[in-house]
Amino acid sequence: MTTKLFGEPVRRREDARLIIGRGRYLDDIGSGALAAAFVRSPHAHARITDIDVEGALDVEGLIAIYTYEDLAGPMAEPLPILIPHPQLHAPRTGYSLANGIVNHVGEPIVMVVATDRYIAEDACDRIAITYEELPVVVGVDAAREAAHWVHEDIPDNIGAIHHQETGDVEAALAASKNTLSFTQYIERSACIPMEGKGVHARWDADDASLRVYTSTQASTSVRAAIAAKLELSLDKVEVIAPDVGGGFGVKIVHPWPEELLVPLAAINLGREVKWTEDRREHFISSAHERQQRQEITVGYDDDGRLTALDVHVWHDHGAYTPYGIIVPINTATQLLGPYDIPVYRARINSVYTNTVIVTPYRGAGRPQGCYAMERTLDRIADALGLDRFVVRERNLIQPDQFPYDWGLTFQDGRPLIYDSGDYPGLLAKLKTLADWDGFEARRAEAATRGKLLGIGMAPYVEGTGPGPYEGGHVQVLGSGKVLVSTGLTSQGQGHETVFAQIVASELGVSIEDVEVHTGDTRRFAYAVGTFASRAAVMSGNAVALAAQGVREKALRIAADVLEASPDDLEIDEGLIQVKGVPGTSIPLRTVAVLSNPLRYAFDEAAKQATQFAKAGADDTAPVAEGDAPGLEHTDYYSPVRSTFASGAHAVEVEIDPATWEIEIAKYSVVHDCGTVVNPMIVEGQVHGGVAQGVGGALYERMAYDADGQLQNASFMDFLMPYASEVPDIAIDHQETRSPLNPLGIKGAGEAGVIPGTAAIASAIEDAVGRRIASMPISPTELYDLVRNPDSEMTATAGRRAGTGVTS
Amino acid sequence: MKPAPFRYADPGTLDEALAVLSAEGEGAKVLAGGQSLLPLLSMRLAAPATLVDINRVPGLDRIEATGDGVTVGALVRHNQLLHDDAAARVQPLLARATANVAHPAIRNRGTTVGSIAHADPSGEMTSVLALTDGSVEVATPSGPQTIGWRDLFVGPLETSIHGPAVVTSAFFPALPPRSGTAFAEVARRKGDYAVCGGGVVVTLDDDHRVTAVRAAYISVGLVPEVHDLTDAVIGQPADGADWAGAGALARTLVDPDTDLHGSADYRRLLVGVLTERMLIEAVARVTDE
Amino acid sequence: MTVDSERTITLTVNGVPREATVPVRRLLSDALRHDLGLTGTHVGCEHGVCGACTVLVDGAPVRSCLMLAVQVDGHEVKTVEGLATDDNRGGQVLHPVQEAFRECHALQCGFCTPGFLMTISAGLEGRDSSAELTEEEVDDMVGGNLCRCTGYANIKKAVHHAAEAMKEAR
Repeated sequence: MTTKLFGEPVRRREDARLIIGRGRYLDDIGSGALAAAFVRSPHAHARITDIDVEGALDVEGLIAIYTYEDLAGPMAEPLPILIPHPQLHAPRTGYSLANGIVNHVGEPIVMVVATDRYIAEDACDRIAITYEELPVVVGVDAAREAAHWVHEDIPDNIGAIHHQETGDVEAALAASKNTLSFTQYIERSACIPMEGKGVHARWDADDASLRVYTSTQASTSVRAAIAAKLELSLDKVEVIAPDVGGGFGVKIVHPWPEELLVPLAAINLGREVKWTEDRREHFISSAHERQQRQEITVGYDDDGRLTALDVHVWHDHGAYTPYGIIVPINTATQLLGPYDIPVYRARINSVYTNTVIVTPYRGAGRPQGCYAMERTLDRIADALGLDRFVVRERNLIQPDQFPYDWGLTFQDGRPLIYDSGDYPGLLAKLKTLADWDGFEARRAEAATRGKLLGIGMAPYVEGTGPGPYEGGHVQVLGSGKVLVSTGLTSQGQGHETVFAQIVASELGVSIEDVEVHTGDTRRFAYAVGTFASRAAVMSGNAVALAAQGVREKALRIAADVLEASPDDLEIDEGLIQVKGVPGTSIPLRTVAVLSNPLRYAFDEAAKQATQFAKAGADDTAPVAEGDAPGLEHTDYYSPVRSTFASGAHAVEVEIDPATWEIEIAKYSVVHDCGTVVNPMIVEGQVHGGVAQGVGGALYERMAYDADGQLQNASFMDFLMPYASEVPDIAIDHQETRSPLNPLGIKGAGEAGVIPGTAAIASAIEDAVGRRIASMPISPTELYDLVRNPDSEMTATAGRRAGTGVTS
Repeated sequence: MKPAPFRYADPGTLDEALAVLSAEGEGAKVLAGGQSLLPLLSMRLAAPATLVDINRVPGLDRIEATGDGVTVGALVRHNQLLHDDAAARVQPLLARATANVAHPAIRNRGTTVGSIAHADPSGEMTSVLALTDGSVEVATPSGPQTIGWRDLFVGPLETSIHGPAVVTSAFFPALPPRSGTAFAEVARRKGDYAVCGGGVVVTLDDDHRVTAVRAAYISVGLVPEVHDLTDAVIGQPADGADWAGAGALARTLVDPDTDLHGSADYRRLLVGVLTERMLIEAVARVTDE
Repeated sequence: MTVDSERTITLTVNGVPREATVPVRRLLSDALRHDLGLTGTHVGCEHGVCGACTVLVDGAPVRSCLMLAVQVDGHEVKTVEGLATDDNRGGQVLHPVQEAFRECHALQCGFCTPGFLMTISAGLEGRDSSAELTEEEVDDMVGGNLCRCTGYANIKKAVHHAAEAMKEAR
């Protein structure tokens, strides 16, 4: 395979339209559509006793009002459980419109359709709903205590108990030289893409067909859900993801109520209907993630080698469980990191609360796992008086231990087996990049300026590219254009460029001739979706295979025409030629024309392929048996299991001990995602992930009060980082190819965010000498921690201060 | 999030504005910069029946700096004041505080007087009006009124102005001689509302000893407050005065609240730290200003 | 002077005179997008914090979600669609900041991009291009807009790149 473009920082194809304001995001579509808006629950837990729409009826411009009473058949049933699991013993989902009870602030109760959004909101304001408030459960601790229930028939609030183990952990702990136990918390944040959700639906009554545009990460699955719920035949539903302004996981959940209700209204009213989510709606009716209480017991020897690890987590999954227990499974399995752990047990109690649902947010449970593991190792280092980096080094899986089979099951239902990696190499690069060993001099220098400097680090291992499959279709047209389609979706990852690089390299054409389409069920109907850092691995390999199929067929046809053997042919810049014999060539686009034997010519190029144009053998059929017309090929990549990327971050924080403000002074990343298709795009993913990691560690927290009201449902009070809060990042790379797929690719999308909270917690702890057991942390919280005489001092700080405190 | 319905007028003179406000009554609200008002309208936290947009009224966009002080017209945008050298010379606190207001795009539309009329205790300009012992000029159907800052701010987001009225300007007295100023804030993100902030004015005598220290703080109370910190440092030589003591005194005089971004105790801590830092800065500026 | 529920406004958008009849409560962001069909300006929050909706009104960057459409009656508005200029041969010449964004990979999903482009282009055009760009100037140009994808590193790089290009073009 020619690798001219593969591995190059090719500038993005999608940018041409985006930088001139010609992107087509959901709200840019359908200017003539009616507008939908929703009345959403103002209470976290309540029975609905009456819905009075009378007051809305005389709003000029009102078209229709829908409540649960208007839903029938499958639409009147709860939303689907997307990923069932035997350990999800008490799953629950909501209804598209609340059926008598609401379980979180923001749950949709009434849909209003009007001539525009302003009027729809006016009508919503006039709808009077009476509620009987019920006790509210907020936070893992309240859910655990179960003084009140979220769902009446689940009195202990436990929806699932995820349990995996590799051996008898209690015996292993008992036999361990040392043990320590601790509890820590990590709090909720959320994806918060700059573009919220949105749905546009058009029903063609003549054709009885539905076209839906939705800002989704999974068009094919939304299509199936709409067809099922609206009782339409699958072939009568098309779903297209337009340009999408970010997803980060929240748009993988489906079907959102709106994805069903907006099409329902479009069919019902015979008009185009559109709903564009506003920012407040996004905060209170999309999804959040990250809250967990983690109880950890670890056994270790005097060198800091792990002998046993027992993790008991309480995971807040919000009011419903549409996405099953993927996030807890990721926490349980990715917690292990790059370490060789003899005996491990994970038990995760996934609990209901009267808050927004919890579904994957970039990292999807892995940041919590990393936080658990890395803070455990920090405590071991502290207890033994060892360098924190050294403790990591001593526990690493070595390069000769691959494939490393944990004996556990991953989120794809497959065995958790690390395929390849070089963890010692990763850490060695990080130590150099971050100048770990030179830190104490920097700490001393900061002290002369009256500042507290601290350093922390955290490696991670990330399972990427889970199946079941993705597909690719590649077609060369007579014009020379190469069309590439894959069913998964794009939200800014540069798929139009990366997949074009792969196909252009494979086929030997100019990248300018390649056009990529994603997320459109009209073009490619079999797909899973964009999540778990899988697009490059899955669709990258699938389009590569499809392109190979096209190449083989092209060479076969060309060989026939040029009277050469396919093995003697090469393709370069769209021209197929005999190696070393310039002049004996045929353009790929001509081969495309010839591949479709025609009776009728409709242009000059087509003439070449008509039945009288070329002399063919009289005893062979124009289309050979088993062959097909056209120069195109469809292929699929289905992995036997996930492939494991890895990396490590180191962070230095500078703290002002007068104001407790925390600044990130230095951020270093070493990153391994196997073979890299476009290094510029991979680095961009790392930058974005790190910004979210910093945000999650120091600024972002969903602040629910005891009544289940989200107090910071706006950008004013939910603090996402501006440029001033994101540090410069130094990046180094390592490439350990994946043996599991032909291109050797591992996923890169989530890497940047995974170790942020762990590394920053470690750095802050190092700076102030007090145990950090709850993240995120803000200056006011750090102040409280430091001035509290009961807060735990680290042993390291004690040693540094010469007090000899050991634990 | 879209505003609830309202009617709109954009008068071409102050008299027209007052006439419309009188005619429309209680439900009418003045619109100038709109940077605070529009989000409230979009979130439907405010739903006035009529908006009276004064952006077309002439003569309200002037800044006048004289020996007495700086008069800032109702339509002077934050960015305009920020870059007005004459105003900065007469009252340096103006530019110092304005630099902390939000982000440039907000400052292109938002107005100094609008901030003051909005009476947000987290607003930088309300504290500067208080600290400089300033006042506002208000046009009413029965003639113009001058309202001093103490009478103006009655509660969070509430002024003493009732009935049809347009605040036409704010007056910030000049910095006294032999004085220096500073303004500082601690915010969670650059450009956010302060968790705690404030300004100070320190005045020295001919022997370079402290004669007066005044401070005003934001985000620590329901209305802007000015505190006299002189007692902690009176008569002390400017070099080596007990600024930490002034900070400690300030801490005892404020009564902040706890919210999402900071506890009451944390705000008190910041009052102490910021006061000390600001006074050191302000005193170094006394010869310059 | 009348008190109205609806107004007809005339304004210049990207150099072209336009007219629209809008309810007085129509936000400028919505008027640009839906009444005038210029969907390049995006809406991220409607409370003035994210900056995605930033356009130029009389040359100055403002949040279009914090203005009413009726307030730009008689004024000049520039949106991202007006950043590139005609090359008088039927094509377009991109603004240096647009080129820089593509060159430096300063956009991923592209949703926040128009707001950044407008703020930065105004900032670069409003300064002396021969002077060395300071970090403070860069902060002013990028510090008030939110981006969730890029982590800002490449956006800052693009500002330097564009400033350099504008310096050389003098």
